[in-house]
Amino acid sequence: MDDQAEKEMSTSSGSWLGRLWRTIAVPLAAVLLAMLIGAILLAISGADPIKAYSALFDGAFGSMKAFGRTLAKATPLIFSGLAVAFAFKAGLFNIGAQGQLLFGALVSAVAGFMIHGLPPFLHATLALLIGASAGALYAAIPGALKAYTGAHEVITTIMLNYVAINITDYFADGPFKDTTGGNIVARTPEILDSARIPTIGNIPLGFVLAVLAAVVVWWLLWHTTLGFEIRTVGLSPHAAKYAGMKVAFTVILTMVISGFLAGAGGAIETQGIVGRYQPGFNAGLGFDGITIALLGKTHPFGIIPAALLIGAMKAGASTMQFDAGVAKEITDVIQALMLFFVTADMIVRKLIHARDDGGEKITLSGWGQQ
Amino acid sequence: MKNTNQLPTEVSPLQRFLKRWGWTLAMVLGVIGITIWQYQLNAQATEAVVASTIRQSTPLVLGALCGLLGERSAVINIGIEGQMLLGAFVGFLVNVWTGNLFLAVLAAVLTGAVMGLLLAYMSVTLKMDQIIGGTVINILALGLTGYFYQVGMVTQGKLQPIPLGPLANIPIIGPAIFNNPPITYATFVLVIVVHYVLFYTKWGLRTRAVGEHPRAADTLGVDVFKIRYVNVIMGGAIAGLAGAFLTLEAVGSFERAMTNGRGFVALAVMIFGKFTPLGAWGAALLFGFANAIQTQLQFADIQIPHQFIGMLPYLLTIIVLSGFVGRTRVPAADGVPYEKE
Repeated sequence: MDDQAEKEMSTSSGSWLGRLWRTIAVPLAAVLLAMLIGAILLAISGADPIKAYSALFDGAFGSMKAFGRTLAKATPLIFSGLAVAFAFKAGLFNIGAQGQLLFGALVSAVAGFMIHGLPPFLHATLALLIGASAGALYAAIPGALKAYTGAHEVITTIMLNYVAINITDYFADGPFKDTTGGNIVARTPEILDSARIPTIGNIPLGFVLAVLAAVVVWWLLWHTTLGFEIRTVGLSPHAAKYAGMKVAFTVILTMVISGFLAGAGGAIETQGIVGRYQPGFNAGLGFDGITIALLGKTHPFGIIPAALLIGAMKAGASTMQFDAGVAKEITDVIQALMLFFVTADMIVRKLIHARDDGGEKITLSGWGQQ
Repeated sequence: MKNTNQLPTEVSPLQRFLKRWGWTLAMVLGVIGITIWQYQLNAQATEAVVASTIRQSTPLVLGALCGLLGERSAVINIGIEGQMLLGAFVGFLVNVWTGNLFLAVLAAVLTGAVMGLLLAYMSVTLKMDQIIGGTVINILALGLTGYFYQVGMVTQGKLQPIPLGPLANIPIIGPAIFNNPPITYATFVLVIVVHYVLFYTKWGLRTRAVGEHPRAADTLGVDVFKIRYVNVIMGGAIAGLAGAFLTLEAVGSFERAMTNGRGFVALAVMIFGKFTPLGAWGAALLFGFANAIQTQLQFADIQIPHQFIGMLPYLLTIIVLSGFVGRTRVPAADGVPYEKE
């Protein structure tokens, strides 16, 4: 604790710009290094890296429409990034954002086609809240297990991801299956228009909501008592306990809020983009949240640019595949490399001669500790 | 708890043995009894379940061995899943290219070892958070295998069972234990070898010392970094072998994300087995049994949606983890990077 406080004191000196640079230098270098290695991999597999990257850029930012697509892709990523980062603050690693997101996506779709007769704004809001709450409830399970039995959240959330895939598949292929027009694909019926979250011009409204969510998370973490408790539990559960904080309660509540964010991401994807729940359409969004949270230095305002970057890669991947003939899975490799370099920041610091930014380090608990 | 103040009374070796192993013995006898009873009822299905239990448990016990080698020297390995997946993929590639199964297995093992080296570098040298380090390996493996895998690659055969003479004709256990492909045999041997190395050799003693109290071990001249590096690399090699089992022995081909969470289930197996190779073997057999039953249920004409049967192993993992992690003694220094003074 003392070390941490001292480091924070020492970094608060120096100019505002210098501090910002120290914070973003490593993620920036990590991104560039990952792109460089990605280019080498592309060259090895016989593709033209420059052509591939320019097609990627074109597909992500080449026109207003492409830019709108990037924003749409970034929207659920901001939510899953916020979900993972929020849990990190309490020392919890929520790899289960994927499962919580699936529940949000499914439940909001069900609320979207089953509830009739509501005015548009109300219906969309209700479906979104119900979906997000489903994610929150699902995340409460690993939270409670961690708080009361010590079962590590990394394993329980991953296992619950597989369970979530099975359960949502069951509902999309069983009770809530779309039977209109002789459909045999596992998917729910389309949601009503009143439940849709519209896109205004090229800007999806969901993206605006995502940015608002980032502001709310920032306020919650650094301007409320709850946020202070969460961060204290993250830095030292023992200190939090001696200070009279209810650690078990904080752990569960953190997971619930994290799950709410992930669920909201799934719901907005359903209501804003897909229009129904269909298994496989949301694959990987929760895992991307891990990369985005770490790339954004687990800060809500860092997560927005990180999600835009990954969103741009997703938006441009199809164009790249089409124009340059490169399998779009290369973006997954680049993303993994970014994650590696941003977490192995000692390597990057040596390369760019940057000082330690002294920011909050993430400390996760091992098996034995609680 | 009343008797804690009294002096320990004399107990015969038999009593001591029963106190320590009684439950295990009772469970083993129970399992044998039920198996023989089932065999009387339906010989074919019983043999299928027993053989399938062994098959399903093999990657889990290998993964658990990988995990516990790391944990015993205080390195948490969340990246088993990724090490397995990459091992499986490289083994598959080498098989496609050369058609030489021995080379393929070797390549898988080496790939696992290299990923182990990466994890050791991140957690020992860079002192990164070990759970994040492992996650990096998992995501990296998923990305690399997804990019380089092309649908339509054709393998050239897979490892075939080698019956061990007349032993393979024993009812029930014959086909399950004495008629297996090489990696399954190697797994039986590895469990014993790791147990021996960990508890009966100088290296094992040092490993456990480093896991419990690295400072003390360092003071006595043990190279903490070297012990951790070697154990994590050996663990990675074993995870690579588990990957080879999947592509070269069980399935015969590769699919994206084919490890399907086995690396994480292996961690639960390791904890359930109290960080010992023999315990992990028992736990892996339990999980393998859950999987085997699952397959049987899917064939049987029961009105349960297949999705609910499919999530059994994952639910079992959660239950085991919640029920046992609090009662297991984790190596004291687990997950803590060592700083030299």
